[in-house]
Amino acid sequence: MSTTMIETKTALDGAVNPDVREAPLSSAQITDYDHRQTVGRITADNPKMACREVNVYYSEKHALRQVSLDIGANEVIAFIGPSGCGKSTFLRCLNRMNDTIVSCRITGHIQLDQDNIYDKSIDVVQLRARVGMVFQKPNPFPKSIYENVAYGPRIHGMINGKAELDELVYASLERAGLTKEVEKRMDEPGTSLSGGQQQRLCIARAIAVNPEVILMDEPCSALDPIATAKIEELIDELRENYTIVIVTHSMQQAARVSQRTAYFHLGDLIEVGETDQIFTNPRHKLTEDYITGRFG
Amino acid sequence: MPISHDAHTVKQFDAQLANLRNLVLEMGGLVEDQIKNAVKSLDDEDLTLAREVIARDQIINGLQVKIDEDTITLIATRQPVGSDLRLIMSLSKAVTDLERIGDEAEKIARMTIKTYDVVSSPPSAKLLRDVTPMAKLATDMLHGCLDALARVDVEMAVNVARGDDNLDQEFQSALRRLITYMMEDPRTIGHAINVLFIIKALERIGDHAKNIAEYIIYLVKGKDVRHVSMDTLEKDALAE
Repeated sequence: MSTTMIETKTALDGAVNPDVREAPLSSAQITDYDHRQTVGRITADNPKMACREVNVYYSEKHALRQVSLDIGANEVIAFIGPSGCGKSTFLRCLNRMNDTIVSCRITGHIQLDQDNIYDKSIDVVQLRARVGMVFQKPNPFPKSIYENVAYGPRIHGMINGKAELDELVYASLERAGLTKEVEKRMDEPGTSLSGGQQQRLCIARAIAVNPEVILMDEPCSALDPIATAKIEELIDELRENYTIVIVTHSMQQAARVSQRTAYFHLGDLIEVGETDQIFTNPRHKLTEDYITGRFG
Repeated sequence: MPISHDAHTVKQFDAQLANLRNLVLEMGGLVEDQIKNAVKSLDDEDLTLAREVIARDQIINGLQVKIDEDTITLIATRQPVGSDLRLIMSLSKAVTDLERIGDEAEKIARMTIKTYDVVSSPPSAKLLRDVTPMAKLATDMLHGCLDALARVDVEMAVNVARGDDNLDQEFQSALRRLITYMMEDPRTIGHAINVLFIIKALERIGDHAKNIAEYIIYLVKGKDVRHVSMDTLEKDALAE
């Protein structure tokens, strides 16, 4: 039993307030470092997830402050920012991974479609099937390649019979672009694959349970450039069917794979906008300083 | 200031950017001299100076190649974004315009040689009377945009852009006068056509200077103000 406290004071059962702080996109850059209100459009035309005034505390530390942001359906949104800025913390709020951290307390409102994900009636295991996650280091189960992918659908009772499971496993591996490389070695352990293959196996495992949103926490930071390119190509293909949120330390990667980019700094969501705007003409000087490598 | 002047964590990047900017400004200075000397060679009927201008165009071409190489290296090694990217793109595009201004100077120098290096009599003063005021406008615009580039000054850039209409009008009236002279006395046609090439070159210099002014506005404001009306340009450039 976790002692995590979850308070959803604002809009506990009500609908998300749509007109939260829509900061104007003015022409002049904001040069005041103390301007901590989010710059740019926080809403999405077709939101898959809607977060409003989310705060996260680790014991006394206020790790994330008043973050409001929509995640649009079938978009890739990248979270960037220096270490300790709150981007991973926010990502982990989206499928309640922070629940496992004892000292963690969350306030605010996060909605997946019409469901408040912090509502008491929400089954966290089901939630994490809808909002899957891929981690920084590939972490295949100590099982065969086949079992790695079959595990999720089986425990979620998604399939009837071996034939249906086979089909789902192969379809998931195919989507992850791994079929050709593993079809002759399905019984070998997942850990026998290369790092890049293991990461794609983890993606196959995540999509096998048919999630709606996939969270990726620095999915390429342990991979070489070729494996990275394959994952990035895969992200672009997966966008057709899934909504993807990616945390990355590589700004070039954020620029390459995402349609929107959100920049975090010291627990505040500083700026969010179309990726091409963020990387050519950011509206906040903090964003500019970070992406251009001027951060002291 | 809207453009970040804080140093990069990687100091070498700052040095490379500063170096690139200095090379472009150096090229701008050379181009400015070329225009002045080309016009002077015409005023003074100085064919030696005209030949010097033609020869020196090679230096400017060489600088263009060098700056392009440096730009490509910077993009390949640093993957610039934000204001760094806008600076590099603006400089790179300005270099193209500066090189073309250099070509216009060379053209004027060639026309000087053509005009005074013939057996026939030199042109009458009235044929050349529009060259000096147009040359003044064109060199002022060039000087203004280089100054604006050096200081990253949007207001100066807007002033340069405004000047282009003036130069265009001067060109149109000069053209009308030339046509009148040619109709009055067909013997002037040979010289008048040379003068026409010269004032056309000066008019083009104004266009290139305006382009550079527009890149400066893009650099500072992130707004692309090419191919928009002067009103829109001013509004975008001077908006707070």
